[in-house]
Amino acid sequence: MAYDLEFEKPLAELEKKISALQRKGDRLKPDELVQLQEHERELRQKTEDIYKHLTTWQTVSVARHKDRPYSADYIRLMCDDFFELRGDRSFGDDHAIMAGPAKIDQQTVMLVCHQKGRDMKERQFRNLGMPHPEGYRKAQRLMKQAEKFKMPIVTLMDASGASPGLVDEERGQAEAIASSLYLMPRLRVPIISTIIGEGGSGGALAIGVADRVLMLENSIYMVAAPEAAATIMWRDSAHASYAAENMRISARELLPLGLIDEILPEPLGGAHRNYKQMTATLKEAILRNLAEVSALSTDEMLERRYQKFRKMGAFGNLEAQTLAGSI
Amino acid sequence: MAKEAAVPLTRQVASHGEEKPARPSVGNIAVKCPKCKEILYNRDVEKNLKVCSRCNYHFRLTAYERIDLLADPGSFTEMDTDIISIDPLQFTAFPPSYSDQRTYTDKLTAEREKTGLKEGVITGHATIETKPLTLAIMDFHFMGGSMGSAVGEKITRAIESAITHQTPMFITTTSGGARMQEGLFSLMQLAKISAALAKLGEAHLPYIVLLTDPTTGGVSASFAMQGDITIAEPGALICFTGPRVIEQFMHIKLPEGTVNSEFALQHGMIDAITHRRDLRQTLGRILRLYA
Ligand SMILES: [Zn+2]
Repeated sequence: MAYDLEFEKPLAELEKKISALQRKGDRLKPDELVQLQEHERELRQKTEDIYKHLTTWQTVSVARHKDRPYSADYIRLMCDDFFELRGDRSFGDDHAIMAGPAKIDQQTVMLVCHQKGRDMKERQFRNLGMPHPEGYRKAQRLMKQAEKFKMPIVTLMDASGASPGLVDEERGQAEAIASSLYLMPRLRVPIISTIIGEGGSGGALAIGVADRVLMLENSIYMVAAPEAAATIMWRDSAHASYAAENMRISARELLPLGLIDEILPEPLGGAHRNYKQMTATLKEAILRNLAEVSALSTDEMLERRYQKFRKMGAFGNLEAQTLAGSI
Repeated sequence: MAKEAAVPLTRQVASHGEEKPARPSVGNIAVKCPKCKEILYNRDVEKNLKVCSRCNYHFRLTAYERIDLLADPGSFTEMDTDIISIDPLQFTAFPPSYSDQRTYTDKLTAEREKTGLKEGVITGHATIETKPLTLAIMDFHFMGGSMGSAVGEKITRAIESAITHQTPMFITTTSGGARMQEGLFSLMQLAKISAALAKLGEAHLPYIVLLTDPTTGGVSASFAMQGDITIAEPGALICFTGPRVIEQFMHIKLPEGTVNSEFALQHGMIDAITHRRDLRQTLGRILRLYA
């Protein structure tokens, strides 16, 4: 997998040298072998350095990397079985949300996931991963079903936002998201949500009102895509990098603000460099958090879920100018 | 989006604190209707509850004007008057080319001075046709009614207060969307308010919501669309995605007023469109039916 992001240029150069040497195979001279090992060591070191110090804007490009694992990849690698259930029973089936019961180790969970498309054809099929209202209504149907059968709910979030078309307005995009936000706080089964790539606005939050909200290290979670925020604030999407830096959308910035619960470390150079390792980390985190939440009584779980979101916010008092809220 | 209609209003019932500074207008005696462009006398507009007598355009009301319009005289008691926004993200780095380099804190101060409000929502208890209820009335004039932590906290406290006092909850929405300067804090207010409304529902208390111009973005996709009874004023912009973004996304031109109250009613998203002059009476009827 090539290093193809802007800030990975030094890595790409090293990689070029490495593969040139590797091509020599058996004809490699002893001093060249030493050089190869030196380059490989340097590549690891530099990758580590660069990824440890990513700017928020650079993190955006990793979160949106074309090779980044999507929900379907995690489902394939993490679940022993997954039976996709489709349709909202009212209008149609949305392809940006994929959902159904799945086995993770011994446990049946209800999976509700955003799914982006990899190639042109699939991207179109999945509406670039932006759900229509029927997607949220399918999600609600299956989350209620999960409650009925006492299955925990596991969601994987990866959407830049909800679909912004006129048909979405006609079919009630606002109502669809609003109903999800109304439903999730009171569902009497554990909910674990993980942002695996992009968590954008209400379109993402609609499957993210959970007992635990986890984020992959290089994923982003935001009230609006940086391009949209820049357009709103400064009338120019070219200022997206400023919006990204100001809005603190990366996992490492959101954790100290109390807006997420845990960061899942990514393999060296990003999740796309090692699907298996990333899946193992994700699976471990989901099962561990699920076990912890499942240990609570249902009422205690619901009260904690309520308080978790209740505390989010940072505001002041005009007279005292003192801080309240979560920070 | 129509630019803020310029109407200097002297409040008729001065029961909620200091007088607001008059906003600029077409002189002090007349105003131009943003919809039909008719020049209207201010005193006629005032008399007509800030509705254009020619085309029925509903000018935006301030939160206190709305309360004066709906609540029984003298019945409103405001709560949480001291909550204000802070700058939790230290949102201070701007594109150098952008002319307005004011920080979020600067902007908040300017908005407070401009509007005489502390934040974009007023909450409290009142009666309508003698029926008690808890209210949260948003005000578009304060940073476009955008959703920040202070707005979210005030609305949540009001809903919790409705549960404590066992009253119906009434919210008037008007919002351009998220408070970008508060980043994810802004988005999480939607989860917080929705969770409180779900609790209100479990307590079997009715939630009545009035959508006014404009109700868009995150507010539309949360408490604006969670009402037991959902009413809109005529001609209000109501949508999740604003018309300009829809146009960009679809590469089409939308006719003026495509996504408005009438569109929402036609597509089954709201229960009724009610003229401003009938609102108080309508709310009274609903409160009696659900009491
Ligand atoms: Zn008019």
